[in-house]
Amino acid sequence: MKILVVDDFATMRRIVKNLLRDLGFTNTHEADDGATAWPMLQNGTFDFVITDWNMPGMTGMELLKKIRADEKLKTIPVLLVTAEAKRDQIIAAAQAGVNGYVVKPFTASALKEKIAKIFERVG
Amino acid sequence: MTEQTAEPKRFATLLKQRAPELLECANKNNLEAAVQILIELQHARTPQLSSESDVMENLREKAQLLHDNICNGQFESALVNLQEMQNVRDKGLYQEIGRLTRALHSAITNFAIDSQLEDEASELTEASDRLAYVSELTERAANRTLDLVEDSLPLVKAIQLEANVLKREWQRMVQREMTAAEFRTLYWRLDEYFQKLAADSAVLSGNMTQILLAQDFQDLTGQVIHKVTGLVKEVESSLVELVFMASQVEAITGIIAHGNDAQRDATPDETLGHGPAINTGQADVVANQDDVDDLLSSLGF
Repeated sequence: MKILVVDDFATMRRIVKNLLRDLGFTNTHEADDGATAWPMLQNGTFDFVITDWNMPGMTGMELLKKIRADEKLKTIPVLLVTAEAKRDQIIAAAQAGVNGYVVKPFTASALKEKIAKIFERVG
Repeated sequence: MTEQTAEPKRFATLLKQRAPELLECANKNNLEAAVQILIELQHARTPQLSSESDVMENLREKAQLLHDNICNGQFESALVNLQEMQNVRDKGLYQEIGRLTRALHSAITNFAIDSQLEDEASELTEASDRLAYVSELTERAANRTLDLVEDSLPLVKAIQLEANVLKREWQRMVQREMTAAEFRTLYWRLDEYFQKLAADSAVLSGNMTQILLAQDFQDLTGQVIHKVTGLVKEVESSLVELVFMASQVEAITGIIAHGNDAQRDATPDETLGHGPAINTGQADVVANQDDVDDLLSSLGF
């Protein structure tokens, strides 16, 4: 399982990566925004994307829309982990085809639960 | 317009009438109302001049009269003309001061430091709320980290101490300096140690993860501080406008200053996202992960 963690804050990426390692996922890669993540996604064979929303360059929302519009990448599960907590935004993310939405600040168990749920659904 | 003769009387009446009100406004810092009263009074004093736009026209007219009177040798009339011109200038001055005071007042209002507005939190109040949120998050994270480290240290210390004791005992056993009874004691002590080691290292590992998670504040505080920095820049540019306006005070003696009211619109840039929700009590903001889950499941997730 190859996972891409996209967040502009290095500490946040470390936290997510450590939580993933705790869950047994060690093949994790990092990108600091959507613009950096996009070529990595196209060249790599990622199975899962965890992304922040609010990032300079390309936001997580733009990245999600781009992934869903791409023939090769459109089935990749995407989990948004973000501080954006407006109802409109959550609805917009759902409509854009997000697989899960975790609001910051989050607990380890919340993230684990969402990831487990996504994998259970995706299979 | 009143007649020239009735004018001082009317002014005096109005002054007596309005003075207490003016004083009250000044005491209550109600500049807008005070300025209105001043304008009214000034208007009563020199009713022949109606508005600011007429000032130049009036001056031109009077200057022409002055010129004609001097040419015709009518010095008394010329002096009256000069006094009239002075009145025109005074009126313009008062009007300009009034305008500047209003502009100043609205600039201050635009600064949104009026904390008396209860229904609408000003931007600066919100900024201090945001900074309070930063300090709260960082404090909580620091305390949590320290607590976990303080919980972990005794465990590590105990493991270390026991390891040293056991190492010495083990050494004695290797060198066959140990009695059978002592060996039996060591045997069970080792067994106990391994059990404790397994349990304690699990606790330590859990603590490490908790410490790691406690660092997540940096992401949130970074975003909040970024927003407040933006506001500070905005306030700075408003201040520059105020300074510019103050510099105009010098220009008003020439009655040539033009209005430069600080019209600031504080439309937030939606493309940058909202950042973390500080006030989760708002209707359009979810309070926690459960709310997100409820919202998503209501959408068929």
